[in-house]
Amino acid sequence: MTDTIWNNNPEITDELVKEHGLTSDERVLMEKILGRTPTLTELGIFSVMWSEHCSYKSSKLHLKTLPTKAPWVIHGPGENAGVIDIGDGQAAIFKMESHNHPSYIEPYQGAATGVGGILRDVFTMGARPIANMNALRFGRPEHRKTRHLLSGVVEGIGGYGNCVGVPTVGGETNFHPSYDGNILVNAMAVGLADQDKIFLSAAAGVGNPVIYVGSKTGRDGIHGATMASAEFTEDSEEKRPTVQVGDPFTEKLLIEACLELMSTDMVVAIQDMGAAGLTSSSVEMASGGGVGFTLNLDMVPQREEHMTPYEMMLSESQERMLVVLKPDRVKEAEAIFRKWDLDFAVIGEITDTGNLTLMWQGEVVADIPTQPLADNSPEYDRPWVKTEPPAVIDPESVAAPNDLGETLLKMVGSANLSSREWIWQQYDHQVMADTIQLPGGDAAVVRVHDTDKALAISTDCTPRYCYADPFEGGKQAVAETWRNVTAVGAEPMAITDCLNFGNPERPDIMGQFVGAIDGLREACTVLNYPVISGNVSLYNETNGTGIHPTPAIGGVGLLKDSSKMVTIAPKHEGDVILLVGETTGHIGCTQYLSIIEGREEGAPPPVDLELEKKNGDFVRAQIQNGNVTACHDISDGGLFVALAEMAMASGMGINISLDNGDIPMHAYGFGEDQARYIISTSPANADKILSAADKDNISITKIGTVGGTSLDVQDAFTISITELLDAHGSWMPHYMANET
Amino acid sequence: MKSAVVTFPASNCDRDMFVALEKITGKTPHHIWHQDSEIPDVDLIALPGGFSFGDYLRCGAMAARSPTIRAIREHADRGGYVIGVCNGFQVLTEMGLLPGALMRNASLKFVCKTVHLKVENADSVFTNQYKQGQVIDIPVAHHDGNYFADDETLAELEDTGRIAFRYVNKQGEATANANPNGSQHNIAGIMNKRGNILGMMPHPERLIEDAQGGTDGRGFFESIMNKIN
Amino acid sequence: MKARVHITLKNGVLDPQGKAIQHALDALGFDGVDDVRQGKYIEIDLNETDRAKAEANVEEMCKKLLANMVIENYSIDID
Repeated sequence: MTDTIWNNNPEITDELVKEHGLTSDERVLMEKILGRTPTLTELGIFSVMWSEHCSYKSSKLHLKTLPTKAPWVIHGPGENAGVIDIGDGQAAIFKMESHNHPSYIEPYQGAATGVGGILRDVFTMGARPIANMNALRFGRPEHRKTRHLLSGVVEGIGGYGNCVGVPTVGGETNFHPSYDGNILVNAMAVGLADQDKIFLSAAAGVGNPVIYVGSKTGRDGIHGATMASAEFTEDSEEKRPTVQVGDPFTEKLLIEACLELMSTDMVVAIQDMGAAGLTSSSVEMASGGGVGFTLNLDMVPQREEHMTPYEMMLSESQERMLVVLKPDRVKEAEAIFRKWDLDFAVIGEITDTGNLTLMWQGEVVADIPTQPLADNSPEYDRPWVKTEPPAVIDPESVAAPNDLGETLLKMVGSANLSSREWIWQQYDHQVMADTIQLPGGDAAVVRVHDTDKALAISTDCTPRYCYADPFEGGKQAVAETWRNVTAVGAEPMAITDCLNFGNPERPDIMGQFVGAIDGLREACTVLNYPVISGNVSLYNETNGTGIHPTPAIGGVGLLKDSSKMVTIAPKHEGDVILLVGETTGHIGCTQYLSIIEGREEGAPPPVDLELEKKNGDFVRAQIQNGNVTACHDISDGGLFVALAEMAMASGMGINISLDNGDIPMHAYGFGEDQARYIISTSPANADKILSAADKDNISITKIGTVGGTSLDVQDAFTISITELLDAHGSWMPHYMANET
Repeated sequence: MKSAVVTFPASNCDRDMFVALEKITGKTPHHIWHQDSEIPDVDLIALPGGFSFGDYLRCGAMAARSPTIRAIREHADRGGYVIGVCNGFQVLTEMGLLPGALMRNASLKFVCKTVHLKVENADSVFTNQYKQGQVIDIPVAHHDGNYFADDETLAELEDTGRIAFRYVNKQGEATANANPNGSQHNIAGIMNKRGNILGMMPHPERLIEDAQGGTDGRGFFESIMNKIN
Repeated sequence: MKARVHITLKNGVLDPQGKAIQHALDALGFDGVDDVRQGKYIEIDLNETDRAKAEANVEEMCKKLLANMVIENYSIDID
């Protein structure tokens, strides 16, 4: 260590440390690792590496308890994305990540760079991205910012995904007042790779060159990672200049260049520069491989003049990667990046010191042991209190509406249940020509190019359940993706989780987090559906008001024979409609209660995971043996809404007769009991299915047939499909045109 | 039929076009890189969809000035067939091989959906396997597909049968509601005077097998094959 | 020298973006906006000292790439 490290450096005061989001205990730990006071650049590096966003300091104690293994899991959490075996030497690679705070401040760029970042996580591992999904939550529609935020986020997702040529095949969008000041933008990407061409970030080989590729570094997003770990106050709207700007054109070139590079044998390790850019990528690569990095910051391609080491290390400029190459392959690699008109610079090499050593203008400006920086990061067992689940609401206690038909129209035309076509028409959902189930169904389905296989993908979470009872809500979020993937005929394989919560320093919020994790763990275990990647976003809170706990789940399933896939649309007049699962009329915490009665009360529907598994396995087997012509899971809005969605999707009527016993019809029709599916089948196959169900002890009822031009429920209502379509299709376009 | 697909930086439907041509013609197409000054001897050159050069400046503007463009022009001058789909159509207008320009959609929003197209002229290299007036379903996916030309050009296109496809409703009527982007005269695809170059915004390469939701795009490629074989 | 290029849509070419801006201005209560046309502004730094040469050069740039003469006009300022 030279003396120069101490020069041209401000004094590291307690105030400065605090501004960097580190506590005094964390300062002590930092100085113990360094054996001295940090330089400003080092302080910046510690502050981003130990931010909540990068270190998971409040959550990792609990995350460790999630099941992450199965025979088909190749890489679980800890890599850029999770990897599963989909047969024939191929792998699916996926992850979901939040970009909440940046999207609230600048919706277009925030959402666009969210998509860019998650794509890089996937292609960094050697995968060609084949599908984008998202999970979006906005404040109530009446809130003055909601329309602007929704419009910007959707345009940003489309602007980026459309340009890079990866189809955005689906997602979910909800509105709720708890997101008024903190919207959630969770983006998921799925990629495809050969199992023998998967690339990891652990660096190796002393003397190997470290290469910087992609875009130049500017002052974008400095402190983005710490911003993502701080609560909002009113004045955070002034943080606008720190939001990064995305360049999907460069990303597309970077995808092609990286995949071309990775088709050779030149790459030792590769890592994208995500949050905390050059810092997190170099630290993760070095600590992961147990080696050191010496970087010469003068060699970093720079877009702006007079950038300091601090700025370069903390910049979140987009579309950049760090690569460790085999020696003597630099020229060959450079030719690939030059062909794609991308920056390529040798900025350092691997050392045996175990330190990240940064040189700038001939001086050492930082020298940090990477192992303790990455591994000894703070870990907190934050105090928490359990959320007491509310009482179950007796369906009899909820008065019947005057007109069930009017009620259904109001439901399907509501903000939360209306058609999302306005959104997904702005996404190219068909580029790559392998999308075989378009948005609007239970799960999106994309073919594995040039094979008979396909992947089914669904993102789900019901935050109002999670708020009422984090444990049941956590179970339900996992179960719903499992059910959606099942409903198209696919075998559920694994999930990625994007855990969005409020301030973990509040015991009630931490209790929501712990409860939801417990629910996730139980559901993943029973359904044999492990977590293979994910992300945690805390401090989603404005002026002390937190969001509803939102553990968004992205589930992926495999269809070995994609020709067996079904959609929610019945195909033939005269087909029989069957209801699988038990209906008890669970009315608490439902969309019905919220939309019609304006109440959010009661316990959410309990999730019986053994029953989920039993019913789902049965339905999937029936789809796979070709007995089913359409299938739809029952979720938000219950049986009536699910039937309406099926009728609207096919344009064919459905005639239903229900035996609701002593359950009030509105509770029977709009209740949200779990583990249920509606299937349509030919009359001949209906008997086969019924007898198979009998044998397997599955609760199943014939409830009607396909035909006519209306949804007709005996003794309840008759509504024409035209009326349903009109109500369902008009809310969002009218709202966005400011006509509601 | 021998064909080639051009890739510009950030073309993104080049693979889809390649696969469609390979499946339908049974022959592997050639690749042309935007910097190739020499191109293979082929019957058809396809300019695919995408966001060449990020759609920066104007859609297709920078691609239309690529090194390979001279060779493509020569191929067209010799009477070779050229198709441009979506961004490829934008490139062809920027090259001046087709008249008019493609402006920002009237809605100002990107639009991805399946639309109905009417085959306005079934007596062309590109449409002869369809019936005159047939309504086919093909997806669109673009931000700048709003076809503009001056009145004189429009009249000439109309009078000389050079409008290949028009956006229509299910009944085949060119209504305002059926027009996804505000194109003049509901124009979805046009040809040059000589009839060897076609540009269209919709993507026939996305609808060539049942699993994709239909096969209405096949006729387009089969028409060109029919002229060659 | 610095060239400042303005690119505007020709009269008669529909400008949906301009129309949307006009609509928004209306909605914000700005009266008396008769028309809005949206264009592009491009700055080019040239290492040319001869003004006439610079002008001719930028003129070529406009015709060859910066403007689409089917729908756009351009104007050049050099200082």
